[in-house]
Amino acid sequence: MIQQEDKKIIQIKNAMKYAFPHTIPVMTGFLVLGMAYGVLMQANGYGTLWAVLMSGIAFCGSMQFVAVSLLTSPFQPVEAFLLSLMVNARHLFYGISMLDRFKGLGKVRLFLIYTLCDETFSISSSVQAPDGIDRRYFYFSISLLNYIYWVFATFLGGILGSFITMNTKGLDFVLTALFVVLFMEQMKTKENHTPGIIGILCSIVSLIIFGPNGMVIPAMIFILFTLLVRRKALCT
Amino acid sequence: MYLTQFQTFSIILSVALGAMITRFLPFIFFPENKEPPQIVHYLGRVLPPSMMGLLVVYCLKNVTVLQAPFGLPELASIFLIVILQKWKRNVLLSIGGGTVLYMFIINYFGI
Repeated sequence: MIQQEDKKIIQIKNAMKYAFPHTIPVMTGFLVLGMAYGVLMQANGYGTLWAVLMSGIAFCGSMQFVAVSLLTSPFQPVEAFLLSLMVNARHLFYGISMLDRFKGLGKVRLFLIYTLCDETFSISSSVQAPDGIDRRYFYFSISLLNYIYWVFATFLGGILGSFITMNTKGLDFVLTALFVVLFMEQMKTKENHTPGIIGILCSIVSLIIFGPNGMVIPAMIFILFTLLVRRKALCT
Repeated sequence: MYLTQFQTFSIILSVALGAMITRFLPFIFFPENKEPPQIVHYLGRVLPPSMMGLLVVYCLKNVTVLQAPFGLPELASIFLIVILQKWKRNVLLSIGGGTVLYMFIINYFGI
């Protein structure tokens, strides 16, 4: 029994070691954005505890920033819920993408679903666990590390607040860079070419028509529609 | 604090509930002990590159293409990322290089 526990710990350690470098860009980006969130909450009268609770329980980057305006206007929980559904709708497609990858992972699976975010999805759907690294612990490491970065950065932002005046302007570009690189990695597979280009084109069209604040859901619908039409064309 | 503690906590839970529904729904609809329909299999295969494309465009959604600086800082940085990635195939180098260039451009030119 004890030996088995030891083996498990070694497996987790190895998975962490392998996963960590993949999460360094996320760590950088989340430190900047998470701290900015902590500072913003503080500036609106919500202390570190509230910021950390929001980050730890809801864990949904962009929606948390939207929710700041909900916290500074009359109490409207239903509105908060509906807005969160819309802003987070993209997770639906991440889930469909991860159905196969998260299969048969036992208890860990619940945590992986709970913490599935843009950054975790982009790494976990692009990088394969190598031989010798347990798939379950690899996905777990990526998800856990990213989750910790976000919650910890929120905490830091809350307590350090405006004491820090380091120039980090533009550092959040690190997440854009991460998505660009992982997009390129996915495009290396030939069968991914067309879906990748469909994703880019549908999103640009949606951005032009609906503008920066309303583009995501229409883009998802365009993508879904185009992919389904393409499947039909491939089948016939 | 604008809201009471109870109200604040309710808002946190409402936001969390909305987020969790979007995360759990696919896994509830297609449980792992049941074979999902072929069409879901197909979507699971093709959605990742499409969604990565969406994420890239989403990150650039506020870039002003028609006004100065015409998206040039982003364009130059992404160009460097692509070159570095094709050349060295080192993910961290590509991301680091692109980000440093971006920070340099916008801070140096005060954009």
